[in-house]
Amino acid sequence: MSIYNSMIAWIDKRFPLTSNWKAHLSEYYAPKNFNFWYYFGSLALLVLVNQIITGIFLTMNYKPDASLAFSSVEYIMRDVEYGWLIRYMHSTGASMFFIVVYLHMFRGMMYGSYRKPRELLWLVGMGIFFILMSLAFTGYILPWGQMSYWGAQVIVSMFGAIPVIGETLQQWLLGDFTLSDAALNRFFAYHVVTLPGLLIVLVFVHILALHETGSNNPDGIEIKANKNPKTGIPVDGIPFHPYYSVKDIVGVVVFLIVFCGIIFFAPEMGGYFLEYNNFVPANTLQTPDHIAPVWYFTPYYSMLRAVTVNFLGIDAKLWGVILMAGSVVIFCFLPWLDRSPVKSIRYKGPYFKTALTLFVISFFVLGWLGTKSPTPMYTLLAQIFTVVYFAFFILMPWYSKIDKVKPEPKRLVKE
Amino acid sequence: MKKITITSFIFIFCLASFELFAAESSIPLDKAPVDIKDNASLQRGAESFVNYCLTCHGANFMRYNRHRDIGFTNEQILDKLVHTGQKVGDLMQSAMRKKEGEEWFGVIPPDLSVIARSRGADWLYSYLRAFYRDESTATGWNNLVFDRAAMPHVLYQLQGEQKLIVKTSDKGEQKTLSLDKPGKLSTAEFDKFVGDLVNYLVYLGEPHANSRIDLGIKVMIFLLVMLILAYALKREYWRDIH
Repeated sequence: MSIYNSMIAWIDKRFPLTSNWKAHLSEYYAPKNFNFWYYFGSLALLVLVNQIITGIFLTMNYKPDASLAFSSVEYIMRDVEYGWLIRYMHSTGASMFFIVVYLHMFRGMMYGSYRKPRELLWLVGMGIFFILMSLAFTGYILPWGQMSYWGAQVIVSMFGAIPVIGETLQQWLLGDFTLSDAALNRFFAYHVVTLPGLLIVLVFVHILALHETGSNNPDGIEIKANKNPKTGIPVDGIPFHPYYSVKDIVGVVVFLIVFCGIIFFAPEMGGYFLEYNNFVPANTLQTPDHIAPVWYFTPYYSMLRAVTVNFLGIDAKLWGVILMAGSVVIFCFLPWLDRSPVKSIRYKGPYFKTALTLFVISFFVLGWLGTKSPTPMYTLLAQIFTVVYFAFFILMPWYSKIDKVKPEPKRLVKE
Repeated sequence: MKKITITSFIFIFCLASFELFAAESSIPLDKAPVDIKDNASLQRGAESFVNYCLTCHGANFMRYNRHRDIGFTNEQILDKLVHTGQKVGDLMQSAMRKKEGEEWFGVIPPDLSVIARSRGADWLYSYLRAFYRDESTATGWNNLVFDRAAMPHVLYQLQGEQKLIVKTSDKGEQKTLSLDKPGKLSTAEFDKFVGDLVNYLVYLGEPHANSRIDLGIKVMIFLLVMLILAYALKREYWRDIH
């Protein structure tokens, strides 16, 4: 033990090991009433690690070349030892990343985790979300199947809809006049170097910001407002380690049961995680009858398609792009849109609860519509729910202010 | 919060039932008898595949010696599956050149390695049994599942010739097939033949499917034990938190 202690002392003189351990784990005080919704932050970190490790092994065998990419993926699936497992872990991980992050964001929306003083924390989180979307997009192109190719074609053509610079921008992004080998190569570079690097940095910043403000909780009150006068420790706080580290292990195992259930027993997840059409090699001359992005992009895809007429002198296609970009960016404004005197949904009134319910419904319906070929009825539904989606944000300053709220408690409430 | 979740789920199910009504119009597919643990069926399917499909289609991602998975030995593989002088570790390539395929059929016959994953077993099972005589097409054959398919009826000697019967009722047109000239096999025998072939195509799409499921069961057992231990650990630590 004395060897161990002297080793730690040796390191501590040269690197702030013990002080960081204390600041971020053993003496980082988290509210003691975290519920189900608080698992998804650490789970997102787990999935990130999974993606990085499996990604490294996939990179060892994948060939970013339009004529070899598809067969190199099948080579991984068949001839590489446990290649199928690595690939399924990565493809399932992509979808699970979104599930976990969507639930993590929804938690923030329920309990007002974006509110003062956590605005920056929320914004960094949104940055992570944007990078995650770019990663998913660039990664989905790599197998170079029909859906990779034509899905990417749809996204890339969105840049072409931007006035004046659109076409030049599109060519600059693709490195060619059409989606081709040049684009595959650069998307590969973004997917394995640029974006993961940025993501890791932002995740680090996200955690630093969290540990500066301290975690929010289901009651939406600040535990730091109530400190023990002698020790200076929040009375409703408990050290992250060991309490939440052991609790998160339970969450991790439950998550792994779901995750491995998919990997081993339903890796295609009925065509939602691995689309059937993506088992057909990309054919630049044959547009599939029905192009749909992977499930996690379908809500935004619905909004992209929802505008069918030109109005206010703007082209319908450009409106689609504006709405699609807006539907994601608008989350960034949440800290300033919410004017409620309370943070948590537990003490918010019926207006907010109704608005959030409608928002969740519109998100699911738009997501479902995005997987379908458009029909007049579907397009009408998409238009209605696009309005509902945006109304949740745009009307928030009004309904959150006049809502009938309940008084917040002084201390955390026992469940 | 539960209310939100429940309401949205009800809503989605309502929409999903809409969807079921909308999808009924296309031709119903027959259920393929898939059992990738049935090695005898897979072996019969593999031989049929090599004899009838591999002439034009390749399975370029599949190696011959992978068939040890389904109970063949290397010698049996060389004897029963490799007819083009290839080595046992080679990929299952088509004997036909791509250019010839394009000249003969108008399209390059697609690679079949992962065809069961893109089309689905039921589609293949229905498609291979749905050819009928149609003098208006280039090949003299047409298909009820895949209209104007470029592929001729390769298995007609086995199945015989079918003809199309169109019935018009107030429900609209109903297309069915009836056997015009019988082939070498009875309908039941032919269905079994195609069933084995499709079963093999499903195996071919993902040769590791069986080991995936076997490993999955072990992983699940491990995780369930882990869950008990993790939960016990959590309870032990949290005993002093009130």
